[in-house]
Amino acid sequence: MSEHITEIVIFTILFLVVSGMGFVAARWRAPKDMAHLDEWGLGGRSFGGWITWFLVGGDLYTAYTFVAVPALVFGAGAAGFFAVPYTVIIYPMFFLILIRLWSVSHRHGFVTPADFVRTRFDSPTLALLVAITGIVATMPYIALQLVGIEAVLKTMGVTGESAIARHTPIIIAFAILAAYTYQSGLRAPALIAFVKDTLIYIVILVAVIYLPLKLGGWGGIFDAADKKFAGTPVPTDGIILNANNQLQYITLALGSALALFLYPHSITGVLASRNRNVIKRNMSALPAYSFLLGLLALLGYAAIASGVKPLAGATPGTPDNNTIVPLLFDIQFPAWFAGVAFAAIGIGALVPAAIMSIAAANLFTRNIYKEYLKRDATNAQQATVSKIASLVVKFGAVLFIVFLNPQYAIDLQLIGGIIILQTAPSVALGLYTRWLHRGGLIAGWVAGMAIGMWMLYQIPNPATKRAHFGSSAFPLSDFGFDTKKTIYVGFVAVLVNLVVAIIVTLILRAAKTPAGVDGTTNDDYFADEGDPRLEQARTTPDTIGSAT
Amino acid sequence: MAEPAEPVPSAQAAPAATRSDRSPWNWLLLIPIVVPLVTPFYNFVSPRVLGFPAFYWIQFLFILLGVVTTTIVYQMTKKRSVVSRHE
Repeated sequence: MSEHITEIVIFTILFLVVSGMGFVAARWRAPKDMAHLDEWGLGGRSFGGWITWFLVGGDLYTAYTFVAVPALVFGAGAAGFFAVPYTVIIYPMFFLILIRLWSVSHRHGFVTPADFVRTRFDSPTLALLVAITGIVATMPYIALQLVGIEAVLKTMGVTGESAIARHTPIIIAFAILAAYTYQSGLRAPALIAFVKDTLIYIVILVAVIYLPLKLGGWGGIFDAADKKFAGTPVPTDGIILNANNQLQYITLALGSALALFLYPHSITGVLASRNRNVIKRNMSALPAYSFLLGLLALLGYAAIASGVKPLAGATPGTPDNNTIVPLLFDIQFPAWFAGVAFAAIGIGALVPAAIMSIAAANLFTRNIYKEYLKRDATNAQQATVSKIASLVVKFGAVLFIVFLNPQYAIDLQLIGGIIILQTAPSVALGLYTRWLHRGGLIAGWVAGMAIGMWMLYQIPNPATKRAHFGSSAFPLSDFGFDTKKTIYVGFVAVLVNLVVAIIVTLILRAAKTPAGVDGTTNDDYFADEGDPRLEQARTTPDTIGSAT
Repeated sequence: MAEPAEPVPSAQAAPAATRSDRSPWNWLLLIPIVVPLVTPFYNFVSPRVLGFPAFYWIQFLFILLGVVTTTIVYQMTKKRSVVSRHE
């Protein structure tokens, strides 16, 4: 422990500074009345370009991403680099689709994607499914942020042997996080994101200049990786893709991009911005983070060249590849800089964890509590319920990590990406068309979930000696095709979902089943800052005058 | 979709009040969505640039491609919406 003392001191100081900011954030851009879900849960829907850039950037590129993507590149090579095309294609998609969600939410006061689905398809059941999917997909994602912090703590040697000693630092960190999120809401992660991202940018830029100087240039680093992969028996690794994993690479990038903007926390970040132009401008500015992520991914190769050996995982006999980036910093940099890097990752976990817990709490409040438990809940009551729910969500994530093997969190995150994709027909397509019947959307959701779970269950992972839920790469040979190609499970599941939704829609239409009343008008999808808010979320088209 | 915002001939709201973000420029956004997904375009080792195999530096260039196209579309559609606001 003593050899890491400098790192621990710097980590602790930065962590405390940021925690202080979290509490002060309640007074930052403070409204007259904080007892409203728009204030606590969406920062007053008032964030401009810079804040949105830091907030959404800090939200989408999580500590887990920063730890897991290099770990993937370290283990599998080029296949792990999918994070770059994934985070390139997402912004043009956001640009067209999420802007409509922002407008319709601004007009109707929607806080969650499920709010939109409820009004658009006139179906509380479908909204409930979307809300539950969002909560279930978000919970393991929060738990994974803890895995990110834990990778750092493990490297600093502050994690003991017993279950309690191992988790005490994390429990303290999350208790502080829970307290200031409770008090400040979305303003806390928005303010902290400035520190987090500044630290991350500095650390990565220094690393990508300094490490090649020590390790024989980028050419030498890639050669070292190439040599390692050539020596392994695994056929799918290497510094470029091969014939069998290209389809996986493409479908994983596309599927992950679709999933990312359906995640409740991404939508929360976007809805908090002030107007349409803030979002559109950010779509050109956010790729700066993709550049950073690409460089970071390559640290996986730097770790190979520097001969990093990952620490032992939770399952005896298996390596924990998530520790390679912290170890790389520990080995190659002076202790004080490693401390800064560790703090960047640790704080990096807090921003998304806070936003995710707020998003999950909003889903519970709006689409379960208000819909089923207390229909006449006032704005102040909703804000209170959401604050308490955010505590429960974080408590759940900590229990998850303390009492279950962290591997379950990773498995569930894998599942989370696939199940959140099943809300795509309702949320993403729903922004464009109401052609799909609410019954068809429900049937499609059920079918997509079922096939997605079945496919994941079929996939083993030889590296961690697991028979099921080994990865998201499904061998097409299991469908009876004579090939070694693999495909991303979520992609297949969402296609099945869509086909079932279309077929059931056709049947329900033939049977003349009522499709409910659309609570939105075409003009709502183009509303902007300054347009009047409709006080009643549920209105029929003919009661709304055309906005000017 | 290339026609700019023609009012749909139906019993809906008056055309004067119909807003739309349709624009031919939006088609440009397809480029940064499709190109990064075509692996045969960039799945090579050589030519290397500064030691980076082609697979990596080409994909870094895609980030730039995304920035340029979204910036162009934002600038072009921004003017359009200002004009239609004043109609």
